[in-house]
Amino acid sequence: MKQQAWLSRVSLAVAPIIVALLLTGLLVIAVGGNPLQALTEVLRGGFRDVASFAGVVNFWIPLTLAATGLIVTFTAGLWNIGVDGQITMGAIFASAVALSWNLPGPLLVIAQLVAAMIGGAFWGAVCGFLKTRLGVNEIFGGVALNQIASLATLYMISGPWQPPEGGSVRGSPPFPPESLFPVISDEFSVSLVMLIVVVISLVMIGLALRGTRWGLSLKATGQNARSALLLGVPVNRSALSAFIVCGMLAGMAGAFRTQFAFTSPSIRPLVSGGIGFLAVLVALVVARRISWLPLVTFAFSALLGGSAQLKAVLRLDVALVGVLQGVLVLTILLFNGLRTRLESRTSDRSGTSATPTPSVSGSEAVHG
Amino acid sequence: MADPLLNTLESIVTNATPLVIAAIGETITERAGIVNLALDGSIVLSAMTGFVAAYSLNTALTGGGMAVATATMLAIPVGVLVAMLVGALIALLIAVASIELNQDQVAIGFVLTLLGVDLAVFLGTNYARIPGPQALPIVFPVLSQIPVAGDIFFKQSGFTYLSYALIFGAWYYLFQTRRGLALRAVGERPEAAFARGVSVNRLRYLYAGLGGALVGLAGAAYSLNIKAGWTTPPNMQGDGWIALAIVIFGGWHPFRVVLGAYLFAGLRALASVIQRTPGIEINIMVLNAVPWVLMIVTLLLVSSGAIERALLLLPRGAQKWARNILRSDPPAALGTRFDPERGS
Repeated sequence: MKQQAWLSRVSLAVAPIIVALLLTGLLVIAVGGNPLQALTEVLRGGFRDVASFAGVVNFWIPLTLAATGLIVTFTAGLWNIGVDGQITMGAIFASAVALSWNLPGPLLVIAQLVAAMIGGAFWGAVCGFLKTRLGVNEIFGGVALNQIASLATLYMISGPWQPPEGGSVRGSPPFPPESLFPVISDEFSVSLVMLIVVVISLVMIGLALRGTRWGLSLKATGQNARSALLLGVPVNRSALSAFIVCGMLAGMAGAFRTQFAFTSPSIRPLVSGGIGFLAVLVALVVARRISWLPLVTFAFSALLGGSAQLKAVLRLDVALVGVLQGVLVLTILLFNGLRTRLESRTSDRSGTSATPTPSVSGSEAVHG
Repeated sequence: MADPLLNTLESIVTNATPLVIAAIGETITERAGIVNLALDGSIVLSAMTGFVAAYSLNTALTGGGMAVATATMLAIPVGVLVAMLVGALIALLIAVASIELNQDQVAIGFVLTLLGVDLAVFLGTNYARIPGPQALPIVFPVLSQIPVAGDIFFKQSGFTYLSYALIFGAWYYLFQTRRGLALRAVGERPEAAFARGVSVNRLRYLYAGLGGALVGLAGAAYSLNIKAGWTTPPNMQGDGWIALAIVIFGGWHPFRVVLGAYLFAGLRALASVIQRTPGIEINIMVLNAVPWVLMIVTLLLVSSGAIERALLLLPRGAQKWARNILRSDPPAALGTRFDPERGS
């Protein structure tokens, strides 16, 4: 009996992955591709050699930073879709430092990271201010701020940071050599400093959410803002602090992207690369179980790392990886619901919500 | 139509059309208590599927020897129906996830909006930037003879005429019929509606699907009319979010929603007119940011109590009347789940 329960648990955990693969496979067949070949190319793509594995790690670092930040805002019951713009703003601030400050190497790297944290926190604070003081729902504030941030990138590239050879919006001039983040080796071009930053962030946020006053006030705010307020939790202030902390982490992800996303360190359009939206998907999957986060971000990064192979080998559009990730998250959420429905049918029908997401009450969800 | 001002006004009405249709659809869905946050992805995916369906049918028919004009007249309605079906399916998926599986509507909607765009880009690659069938403007008999208004409103495509019908149809249905009363009750106080014998979840499915179909129609209005075809990256991406904001700005009332959509399209047109004016040098990025700043400002006006305070300046007799018009509370049960077995 016990074994049976365990078996059904495992099968319910694996089932969404299989369903997602099958559904995406059908789409590949629909455009005349070979789904098995596509899958093997994507899975192998990130692990062909040291350089391609470095590519996977270089997706993992910013994605994990942003997703860790989102755990903070999710805990406070906030839909921080603006995280993508916070990444972009971090990238802009870091670029400003890299392109104009004259500092010796290590100091310039630290200065970029600090500037990026300020930039991301600033953009997060704008969203938080709009939400807590002016009642603009963070979903809409975030969507608009994302767009404004990427337009700000284009503005900087087409104006103040135009390369000397003249008017293109392809990107800024390459950053000076002193600004570059040191890498482990030419072959395995991964920044050890940033790996350490990611681990520290994960541990610190995990501990802070579990065992500090701040973490508890975020939880109280997220679970029931009204009663938290009655119990003396400064609801608005803790929501704002969640936006700021998330912005700091996302900002560092932005600084990282300027260094590792392009062939030479620089800022270019779409510098966030949609990492912010992907981080929201990750946060939906892991809910608040932060210990799962680095694994899930690794799986998503491996898919991203393999996506280049799709275009190169199979001439399939890279958007397929986005489709697979979206379908995967969707099936996981739906199977979560299915499981609780089945469980509540067999046991008593206590109506506890299975939703791993912030408990946004309806009116708040769209109105603020 | 030589007058440039008339030209601009006419194009504002054209460009506002998909926003009007999508926002009315979402108003209906949200009035019944379901948030379809996947508007942006739905519009993009339905625009792509609608275009591909119309294009394929058109090619097949003209290849079979049919006259181009006749083929287009058959292909466009089919494209529209396919787009509406796609929009309805996405909205129904959100409804199922919420009603049957107790999942957060916002979460599912957000995932679907990202997925919709990626799916459209992936499946539509081979159809990007090719000419296909397009809905042409129809000069409306009699009404187009009205001076000024006739030129602005009645030399439009079928999509725009449909949107006019929708505006009044949605208002009449919501506020003047018994069914509309039940629709609103399901979104405001589902337990009370249930006690009176209304099957809450059945109505929620119905209006999620109906609203979603209208969102799909809006997608078709892009790819079969104003944006003429399919491109990657999708050139209508982002407008779904604007339509969602317009629903809030419009206080979930069809007339105000329409006002919001026209206002928005108008300000956008103004920005591009300024950009083309010689002698004024404004960075194009600044102008492109205008819609998004507007989105924040309009939401700010609604939510910050600024409107409430402005009302106090009016004479006392007019206050109550104006407050009724400007009321902007969301449906009370929006985004929540109703369990008929527990009656709550």
